Amino acid sequence: MTTKLPYWADIVLVPLVSLMFAAIISALVLLSIGQDPAAALNVMVAGALGSAYGWGYTLYYTTSFIFTGLAVTVSFNAKLFNIGGEGQAQIGGLGVALVLLALPVWPHWTVALVAATLGAAAFGAAWAAIPAYLQAKRGSHIVITTIMFNYIAAAVIVYMLVDVLRPPGQMDPATARFPEGAALPTLHDVPGLDLIFTRSVPANVTFFVALAAAFLVWVLLWRTRLGYEIRAFGQSESAARYAGIDPVRTIMITMLISGALAGMMAINNVMGESERLVQNATEGAGFIGIAVALMGRNHPFGVILAAFLFGFLYQGGAELGLWTSIPIEMRIVVQGLVILFTGALDVMVRMLLVRLIFHRPPPEVAAAARERA
Amino acid sequence: MDFLSSVFQILDSTLRLSTPLLFACLAGLFSERSGIFDIGLEGKMLIAAMASGAVAALTGSVWMGLGAGIVASMSFAAIHGIASITFRGNQLISGVALNFLASGITVLVAQRLFWQGGRTPPLTDGARFGELTLPFADAIRPVPVIGPFYADVISGHALLVYVALLFVPLTWWVLFRTRFGLRLRAVGENPAAVDTAGVSVIRMRYTAVAITGVLCGFAGAYMATALQAGFGKEMTAGRGYIALAALIFAKWRPWAALMACLLFGFFQALALRPDVVAKVLTVQVPVPALDALPYVLTVLVLAGFVGKAIPPRAGGEAYVKER
Amino acid sequence: MTTRSDMTGRQATAAPPAIELRGISKAFGPVQANKDISLRVERGTIHGIIGENGAGKSTLMSILYGFYKADSGQILIGGKPVDIPDSQAAIRAGIGMVFQHFKLVHNFTVLENVILGAEEGARLRPSLAKARSLLADLARDYELDVDPEELIEELSVGHQQRVEILKALYRQADILILDEPTGVLTPAEADHLFRILRGLREQGKTIVLITHKLREIMEITDTVSVMRRGEMTATVKTAETSPEQLAELMVGRKVLLRVDKKPAQPGRTVLEVENLRVTDSDGVERLKGISLNIRAGEILGIAGVAGNGQSQLLEVLGGFCEARGTIRVNGQEIDVSGKHSNGQTRRARGIAHVPEDRQHLGLIMDFMAWENIVFGYHHDPAYQKNRLIMDNAGILAEAQAKMERFDVRPPIPTLAAKSFSGGNQQKIVLAREIEREPDLLLVGQPTRGVDIGAIEFIHQRIIELRDAGKAVLLVSVELDEILSMSDRIAVMFDGRIMGERLPEETNERELGLMMAGVAGKEAAA
Repeated sequence: MTTKLPYWADIVLVPLVSLMFAAIISALVLLSIGQDPAAALNVMVAGALGSAYGWGYTLYYTTSFIFTGLAVTVSFNAKLFNIGGEGQAQIGGLGVALVLLALPVWPHWTVALVAATLGAAAFGAAWAAIPAYLQAKRGSHIVITTIMFNYIAAAVIVYMLVDVLRPPGQMDPATARFPEGAALPTLHDVPGLDLIFTRSVPANVTFFVALAAAFLVWVLLWRTRLGYEIRAFGQSESAARYAGIDPVRTIMITMLISGALAGMMAINNVMGESERLVQNATEGAGFIGIAVALMGRNHPFGVILAAFLFGFLYQGGAELGLWTSIPIEMRIVVQGLVILFTGALDVMVRMLLVRLIFHRPPPEVAAAARERA
Repeated sequence: MDFLSSVFQILDSTLRLSTPLLFACLAGLFSERSGIFDIGLEGKMLIAAMASGAVAALTGSVWMGLGAGIVASMSFAAIHGIASITFRGNQLISGVALNFLASGITVLVAQRLFWQGGRTPPLTDGARFGELTLPFADAIRPVPVIGPFYADVISGHALLVYVALLFVPLTWWVLFRTRFGLRLRAVGENPAAVDTAGVSVIRMRYTAVAITGVLCGFAGAYMATALQAGFGKEMTAGRGYIALAALIFAKWRPWAALMACLLFGFFQALALRPDVVAKVLTVQVPVPALDALPYVLTVLVLAGFVGKAIPPRAGGEAYVKER
Repeated sequence: MTTRSDMTGRQATAAPPAIELRGISKAFGPVQANKDISLRVERGTIHGIIGENGAGKSTLMSILYGFYKADSGQILIGGKPVDIPDSQAAIRAGIGMVFQHFKLVHNFTVLENVILGAEEGARLRPSLAKARSLLADLARDYELDVDPEELIEELSVGHQQRVEILKALYRQADILILDEPTGVLTPAEADHLFRILRGLREQGKTIVLITHKLREIMEITDTVSVMRRGEMTATVKTAETSPEQLAELMVGRKVLLRVDKKPAQPGRTVLEVENLRVTDSDGVERLKGISLNIRAGEILGIAGVAGNGQSQLLEVLGGFCEARGTIRVNGQEIDVSGKHSNGQTRRARGIAHVPEDRQHLGLIMDFMAWENIVFGYHHDPAYQKNRLIMDNAGILAEAQAKMERFDVRPPIPTLAAKSFSGGNQQKIVLAREIEREPDLLLVGQPTRGVDIGAIEFIHQRIIELRDAGKAVLLVSVELDEILSMSDRIAVMFDGRIMGERLPEETNERELGLMMAGVAGKEAAA
């Protein structure tokens, strides 16, 4: 009956076992459509990790997923399920484009980076603000409102790209290319790393921004008063109110931070890679953030690891699409399975671990139980 | 086309477009009334659409297609049930996960079967639900206003449209006039009351989840074999979430659900005729705005601008016996 | 109905006991909840079961009602061994249970609640018709009047309890088990309940009453069993025992049932409340013009049945409920309008709050003890390393010290709050609030769900705070606690203060009448 696991098992073992289940089911799915899981895995590993070029792509995706994973992590800690990362990232991209296109020339990429970050964060936060407000003031369920805002964001982007921001004479719905000085150095351009990345790769300096963001989120949640309030509120809204923590303020701030983080993903792809805003720039990264946060147990360090895993899956999945007849949608299947096992079936995984490996409750719990009796 | 004909065409589309929403909404009704939140209506509809489109194409029989859609939807419902009821997992996450799973698997399977880029092949007549002409439709048509209304708006829909409409009073009767319905509603408000009365909470909830699976099966099958002629990637386009919003709008009541779904269907129909909208509003409305309308309306509903909606009290919480 | 011949006489009787338990044992992991329990409950009697929290009473009753299966032992109903794997079986065996927390569907009618699970056939209409007439009969026979078409959420608590009893009788229960039935009733409603129970006994029903209230046991039961640490320590005839003896059997040592304290030495006025009004989110007025004051060095006890506005009073004073009216602390007014009322301002003004519900208000159960030690005070500069970062190491050390001073067991600050027993959880909250040395301490139900040993400790600490010249507002549904702890008593009923008394000048009967809404002179008569 007891599902108490030692702390380390909860943090490390549960996600690993969940991942194992997801992997097994994925293999079964591959088999059922007539593909060879082992061969698929080979293609994935080779394509994602087998060359510096592959790493360049894997790390590029990892960067995006760190941002969207952090976004979900922050909101999950307040027990708010921000499913709107996709829309917030898209609107963040709009912010990046508007900021960067505002000047004809940028003096240096660092200046452009700061400006673009502010734009991305602001726009992403703004897109999260309405669902946040509706949840805080009117109790509207944030899951459904953020999902709706994803669809609305797509419509807004289409409208902006087709009717407003498209340069005259251009056929495809996209903005103009960003001006001089707004191009971010890729990992190939970083002195020292160019020995590893001998060709230009999509991974760029945003990767380091993402790592810094993860550190800052950790500090925020576990070292500051605001983070304390966010976590307390997530655990119990009634207790939070008793302690003088304002629910409306907490929900708003949490979602604004969350939206900002999701929006910041756009620096990586819109500014760092495509250097203009195109339709569907995010390609599902916002949703992967959910899987990343769950696998990472809603902790920034776990998010980095999980983001890397999904970066591997993403690049590997793209390679599968190129070299085999496995559709690229396979990676969505894996994404769904990971969320299912880490998020919804975690009790099942825990029960299994307790039954198979940990027969006794940990010493502190037993002592407390004796004390109670 | 004169204005009245345009209006009728929009109303005709409304009925056609409301049907998948209605099936999904009633599906959600049973689930939520029993205390199980189901965000996964979207995924169940999608997998049912693919299954029915595929089987109808392979067998040439629309009924086999319908059956396949129901089976596919029920299997996803079963996973959600096991995760939510037996393993007391987070119901929202389970639904989200299953939606992703459906998004991916539908394309994978369709591609494997048909190699058409993730679609199922277009369905020919025997493999689709055709238009049914209701009695006297042609006879009444000459009558002004009522005639074309009956002949074009009411009559001429696929069988499943009328089935959906019939499900509304059926749902009402089951919920409010049978022992099963009483127990189901009780489970969603206070499962402990049902448990201590000697009725199995788990069995009731699984039954509700199974019904959800069946109804979502109808929804998805309708989309692939009646509304359109085959399955396409992401063809549900958020209808499952819209159905959820309609459910909240309707405050979890069957007849109100019918009204809500018709309203949402109406907005979807409007998006198909921007010219009519422009004529009425005398202003050109950009197409993306019309496309976004159902989603915006959903948000307004959820913001409570249409009254306070109180869900079943025990909704979303796994039942654990009190010590 | 015919009366039964006297069953409690010395004659050897052929009728088997209504319930007999032989050697019932049940363990949950390492915890032995029931150890070899044997029990005989004679038919047509009211049998009490008394014991502390965790003694195993609830587990035993859950076994009888089919929620758990005993690891070993036998159950005999009416002399015949029965197997009770689920509630259906218990109902078939004639057992009906009235739970402490009612198992009713709030938006169903009385009728629908009664037939739920006992419907006749698949269609509702015939079931409802049959139930309506049966219900009328039952109501008449047992003084259980309720309107069958009324919604549960519109009934008073006392009436809701009647619905629970009707549910059991509708299913032809011969044995009725009631779990802590009077916790939510006024003394008058409790009297009515006892009348109903006596009536049922006359009709030959067997009643098992689970309670921790010694006075009730003495008042209504024929026999009483005492449980301690999973074992049945004694079964005695009520007429042959006393509250002191029962308390000693419950705990295993002599227990001080009254608190030792010096007389109060009240000083300046710390709290003034004038015409406080609160309306809840449904538009119902919960506080209808409360006025009171408390001086330093004094304990004001608020007596009353739960649900008469005490919780709202605590919430307003604690800063998480909007109100109208005036509140002054140490002469300075506080804003109660809701625009700025929050717990931070209250705490800054020297008000500390030990809430009624420690699990949902006072503590974050999944936070560790050290995180809970600063809950509500997390903005205190003493707990910060600098403007941005909190001083977690310092907080941890302080938590350790506080836990040791307040005898929290085990004194491990890194344990999650949910791992502690109820009494120790309460001590964590008290350590946090009392050591702030507040000018005013608000305390709600300080000893609910707390073992007798911890109760003494907690009462001592509150008295100490009062002797140090602080003001205390004590809210409790336990009249014993109010009478022994308070220097002055105010009784609340229906959002109003019915009157104030000094404990030495009043008694339980007078207070009980006031708690039921009978005011002033009539109560004193």
